[in-house]
Amino acid sequence: MTVERLLKDEATEEKGDRARMASFVGAMAIADLVKTTLGPKGMDKILQSTGRGHNVTVTNDGATILKSLHIDNPAAKVLIDISKVQDDEVGDGTTSVVVLAGELLREAEKLVNKKIHPMTIIAGYRLAAECARNALLQKAKDNKRDPDKFKSDLMKIAMTTLSSKILSQDKEQFAKLAVDAVLRLKGSTNLESIHILKKAGGSLKDSFLDEGFILDKKIGIGQPKHIENAKILVANTAMDTDKVKIYGARVRVDSMAKVAEIEGAEKEKMREKVQKIIAHGVNCFVNRQLIYNFPEELFADAGILAIEHADFEGIERLALVTGGEIASTFDNPESVKLGHCKLIEEIMIGEDKLIHFSGVEMGQACTIVLRGASSHVLDEAERSLHDALCVLSQTVNDSRVLLGGGWPEMVMAKEVDDLARKTPGKKSHAIEAFSHALQAIPTIIADNAGVDSAELISQLRAEHHNDTTNAGIDIISGGVGDMEKLGISESFKVKQGVLLSATEAAEMILRVDEIITCAPRKRENRM
Amino acid sequence: MALAFDEYGRPFIIIKEQGQKARLRGLEAQKANISAGKAVARILRTSLGPKGMDKMLQSPDGDVIVTNDGATILEQMDVDNQIGKLMVELSRSQDYEIGDGTTGVVVLAGALLEQAEKLLERGIHPIRIAEGYEMASRLAVDHLEHISQKFEFSVTNIEPLVQTCMTTLSSKIVNRCKRALAEIAVKAVLAVADLERKDVNLELIKVEGKVGGKLEDTELIYGIVVDKDMSHPQMPKRIEEAKIAILTCPFEPPKPKTKHKIDIDTVEKFQTLRQQEQKYFDDMVQKCKDVGATLVICQWGFDDEANHLLMHRNLPAVRWVGGVELELIAIATGGRIVPRFQDLTDEKLGKAGLVREKSFGTTKDRMLYIEHCANSRAVTIFIRGGNKMMIDETKRSLHDALCVARNLIRSNSIVYGGGSAELSCSIAVEAAADKYPGVEQYAIRSFAEALDFIPMALAENCGLPPIDTVTAVKSQQIKENNPYCGIDCNDVGTNNMMEQNVFETLIGKQQQILLATQVVKMILKIDDVITPSAY
Repeated sequence: MTVERLLKDEATEEKGDRARMASFVGAMAIADLVKTTLGPKGMDKILQSTGRGHNVTVTNDGATILKSLHIDNPAAKVLIDISKVQDDEVGDGTTSVVVLAGELLREAEKLVNKKIHPMTIIAGYRLAAECARNALLQKAKDNKRDPDKFKSDLMKIAMTTLSSKILSQDKEQFAKLAVDAVLRLKGSTNLESIHILKKAGGSLKDSFLDEGFILDKKIGIGQPKHIENAKILVANTAMDTDKVKIYGARVRVDSMAKVAEIEGAEKEKMREKVQKIIAHGVNCFVNRQLIYNFPEELFADAGILAIEHADFEGIERLALVTGGEIASTFDNPESVKLGHCKLIEEIMIGEDKLIHFSGVEMGQACTIVLRGASSHVLDEAERSLHDALCVLSQTVNDSRVLLGGGWPEMVMAKEVDDLARKTPGKKSHAIEAFSHALQAIPTIIADNAGVDSAELISQLRAEHHNDTTNAGIDIISGGVGDMEKLGISESFKVKQGVLLSATEAAEMILRVDEIITCAPRKRENRM
Repeated sequence: MALAFDEYGRPFIIIKEQGQKARLRGLEAQKANISAGKAVARILRTSLGPKGMDKMLQSPDGDVIVTNDGATILEQMDVDNQIGKLMVELSRSQDYEIGDGTTGVVVLAGALLEQAEKLLERGIHPIRIAEGYEMASRLAVDHLEHISQKFEFSVTNIEPLVQTCMTTLSSKIVNRCKRALAEIAVKAVLAVADLERKDVNLELIKVEGKVGGKLEDTELIYGIVVDKDMSHPQMPKRIEEAKIAILTCPFEPPKPKTKHKIDIDTVEKFQTLRQQEQKYFDDMVQKCKDVGATLVICQWGFDDEANHLLMHRNLPAVRWVGGVELELIAIATGGRIVPRFQDLTDEKLGKAGLVREKSFGTTKDRMLYIEHCANSRAVTIFIRGGNKMMIDETKRSLHDALCVARNLIRSNSIVYGGGSAELSCSIAVEAAADKYPGVEQYAIRSFAEALDFIPMALAENCGLPPIDTVTAVKSQQIKENNPYCGIDCNDVGTNNMMEQNVFETLIGKQQQILLATQVVKMILKIDDVITPSAY
């Protein structure tokens, strides 16, 4: 008697060893894919989209690479997911987390082949992760109280983060840019108030941080191009035809004269509205919605600068920067808070005219203008800068700092190794494997830089036998160097995030002993 | 076969196009059904117990779910076989009724089917087997009652409850911080429990998840968390002693249901209409202000103008809040949901000690916390975790734990876990079997054997030699007359479950046995399977 078919037609089921193998292979394939982008000498990837136009992205940001992949292997999806979360939460370390999870699974596979139960491996990994985290906690330094030192810490972190990106040539400049921008936020992690503006042309070196606010809009014709001590009204209101909002209203007339009358009334209404706005005593009016020619003309007559169709985020940011409120009604001019700034002027960046607000009330927001040869370069530069900004803003909150260059991994590996020796039972194999996986990260960094990793890692390990060492990989010289002197630092929060998420993901994949794939939903062919 | 003859001897067909229908009859049908049922049980078998493995499921849309919750696995599995679907139903009904033990019930049903197959081969009639099972299940349930213990807990002493929830959670991926989660679950249930009526409305507990952070950051909030932010970016982010107006009407001009038209044909009409419109917005905001509200929560959207007016009048507002959340807010704050501005009164406002907006991570996710409510009977469990799968799995695990805590409040009888209850029942049923004359005796004995399957699977999943362990524990139970011996899954060193503090609810266990028996009976009674052929 044949066993009845249990699942639907195209559904597949994989069990036991096969399932485990499928997930190991999938996860490791993903890890190997992004492995070569790790570290300062990591290589970039070209991604071509399958959509219309076959857009090309060049990047070495782990999260961006993984996001664009179409993956069918469920275990690989788990890894992509953790990299996304790492991106959302701390912004950097997206590649490391995937690579570490991949290494953990690679080690686990060896153990499984030695007939150690996955649950035992998980128990060992958990102990090891806890121990590694404690090691990091002990070694982390906190320079929050000393502002100068803290700032130099931030600089170092920014430079370390940027050194693996396209911006590495000008990392000092960009690190300073990022640190300045983040420090202006005064501890808030709201990166929205840092506006990154991309303008093709010039070189990356021409990028700069602007203390004010730059709006990518044009000033209306016939309106002043230069306003000092501007009073700004930020609004979200209809300035085209102000429709009657009461439902079901419509115009019904029986003669042309009436049409004209009503049109006149409409115009009158708009004029009134404009008058009200002018009555606020403003000399700059920014609206989220369109401004039609008629009101624009009225504004121009009154000598008011009117900017139309600023997008929603632009408006919010502008309101935040200038300290005004977003208004939609204009009946009480005395109680509406207006925004202020010292100077509004039209500036030129490259070929484009932009509106520049300087001397704004709230110093929090700022604009970073990126210049670069092509849009690909700019996109990648933006991603890199975003990573740096994320890391910095998180570091401002949690100011603990670690050294970089494979130093934290070696410190953790040493502690974990010690734990393995002390732990009785099968778990110790798993703990040892964890330490191997940690050491794989500096190995990969060294490999990517083209230096002799085996030699380097063994030297490092010997150095780390000494508890107070600062030794890490010095990629530039290709040897072991003092990370403290070289000024390579990393944020504690990033490292902790990498460690915990990678362990969690590895655990999740290890626990699986069966994969059931449902039949893919049928798509209607639209061609 | 489906051919009959009419009175003139002409053949006619009862079942149309029988050539295209697959049909199984008699013993063949029963065996096919049993093998399908067993196949489902076999999938779940490895997920049983604290060391059970997870399953990875890929949905038709490509999303991945990692879980070891029986009900979820079966639901997502896309089972096509009819008997397989029965098993899915079985686990689902256990989920609805009890919330926990969804894996166990399927494994037990599978074991019962396996035993039934052996009996069928011996030529015992399926109905007799079914009846034997029925008797045996009654015996087992009575025996469970007998070995169960009442256990005492109170609002101040929640330790026993926490222990029970920990047993439930220990089989899930979240067992790393089962203690913390168990405490959260128990506190949540106690917060909403009606201890006098012994009832808990689980709907009052909202489980929210947000990706990011660690599992350890999961917290219990005595209040409501809404995944929304203030309608205007410049409204205050923190309101103390809030008086909340809960509205289900939009801040927009009215839209009467009946069809109507307003004709504008003169300039005056145009003007008046405009003024009315402005007044309308003004009135709405004024009414909210008049009754003393300091926060407006609305189910619908706001017009831009209304939004600004609210901001202008210093009246923070939240828009597009879902219906369920709105109800919860109303319960928590003791307010009333008001469908019209005209009906707003002071008494209908809800009160909360603190309303604040909190942002997470580097992305611009914000959530609204409403805390210190007038009526703290609604709570929220806010889960953080490494990724979406983790959070979903935590949600499912917490749901199980909440259900267990609720069941304990409803009836505080417990039995001990780790397979000890099943083993004890098995012994009792086996002993009772001899008293029954007739064929049923065999069925009852088989039932006892099937009960052994659960501790066997437990032992197997923990990497222990299954037969050795189960026989050793069984003999120990008889020798010491101690029904609390079970499988030592966590390598603690003792197999007395009372010392290990591993227990489950009595109703949960009873329900498992009853439900499994019922489904098996149903499957056994089927002797003809007619499937339409593929179309």
